[in-house]
Amino acid sequence: MTQLVNTNINGDAVGFNCETDETLLDVLRNRVGLTGAKEGCGTGDCGACSVILDGTLVCACLVLGMEAEGRKVETVEGLSDGAELHPLQSKFIEHAALQCGICTPGFLMAAKALLKNNPDPTEEEIRYALAGNLCRCTGYDKIVRAVQATAAELRGG
Amino acid sequence: MRYEAPQTTPEAVALLAGTKGKVHILAGGTDLIVRMKGGFVEPDMVLDIKRIKAMHLIRKTKSGLSIGAAVTCGEMGVHKALKKAWPGVVESANLIGSDQIQGRCTITGNLCNASPAADSIPALIAADARALIAGPKGERLLDVGSLPTGPGKNALKKGELVVSIELPPRDARSADAYLRFTPRTEMDIAVVSAAVNLTIDRQGVITAARVALGAVAPTAIRVPAAEKALLGNKLDAATLAAVGEACSAACKPIDDKRGTVEYRTRVAGVLAKRAAQAAWMRAGGKP
Repeated sequence: MTQLVNTNINGDAVGFNCETDETLLDVLRNRVGLTGAKEGCGTGDCGACSVILDGTLVCACLVLGMEAEGRKVETVEGLSDGAELHPLQSKFIEHAALQCGICTPGFLMAAKALLKNNPDPTEEEIRYALAGNLCRCTGYDKIVRAVQATAAELRGG
Repeated sequence: MRYEAPQTTPEAVALLAGTKGKVHILAGGTDLIVRMKGGFVEPDMVLDIKRIKAMHLIRKTKSGLSIGAAVTCGEMGVHKALKKAWPGVVESANLIGSDQIQGRCTITGNLCNASPAADSIPALIAADARALIAGPKGERLLDVGSLPTGPGKNALKKGELVVSIELPPRDARSADAYLRFTPRTEMDIAVVSAAVNLTIDRQGVITAARVALGAVAPTAIRVPAAEKALLGNKLDAATLAAVGEACSAACKPIDDKRGTVEYRTRVAGVLAKRAAQAAWMRAGGKP
């Protein structure tokens, strides 16, 4: 059963048709053309599909597209301001906090949600906050450093 | 599949009662959507309760605190009055999954999903919480320990849904605690868990106690023998030993990849003792 859903994605009003049992992740990738959020596990374990829904970090693979009616969805595509990268994106590059890049959009969104609630997190708080995001390349350390450096920059600015 | 998101509880009850086939209630979806994708459930209708405003409230009632069925565990963790009155319930809810999961999952879902290893259920049993259930015949209260009837099974009847979890009033010098054992520090499921809820008097004598265990039986269980060991005593070595023994004796666990029968039985006693000590300290007891 296909139904029309009206939502807001990265500040733009977006309407899409979706199956009632289709996930928000599939809608974003296959119907809206936003392929930043990735499907790693599809069961909420890996965080590669992390998006921010009405201000709350969620796994898009565990949200139905239907639930997005009237909600605000933020994805990695909305992070940069035009060609200007978000500080998190710049610091991830600077600190080489990615290799294959599949997990990166999820990490960026999880880090954004963390820094919104906690502008000065300890290393431990960062590691707990990112525990729902899996990375098989970096060993996490560079990601933690990048988030720490971003937090410092955002506080300084 | 039909997707319905009613705005009121009576509408939800009417949809649940009046729809033929398999109807599943959607709150956080962290269990349901996984099972749908895995082909373990094929709902004819999914009923999303998150458009019902009252379901999102944590509020004071005449008899205590009420946590709406759509309140996320993450929201519980930032609610000051709830954390102060029921630190054990809140820590059990906050142990479930990652931040992403915390932003969606609910204790009502955890309860209705009825996993033997569910984190919030032992804490809710120890808290003497009740589920407020709405159905075609009106509302009823059910103690949370009676809601799960076996792994993945609950006592809800056709047309019924849990509206809120009701926590009782809190006496002075009362506190609860929840502990679980997992091989990892995050993102894991309890191998064994224990919850203790205590009230002490000015002299430190325990005047009320409830003890519950998770992951050691088909459902979370209350341990009356451990409660009896606590009542009328201070939390001295002999009392603690009796609590540990009673909890180990109450275990009827399974062997699985996460733990053996022997291991779970022993660790249940250890965790119960530590949870009793944590609750005791929080209630103002002196070590």
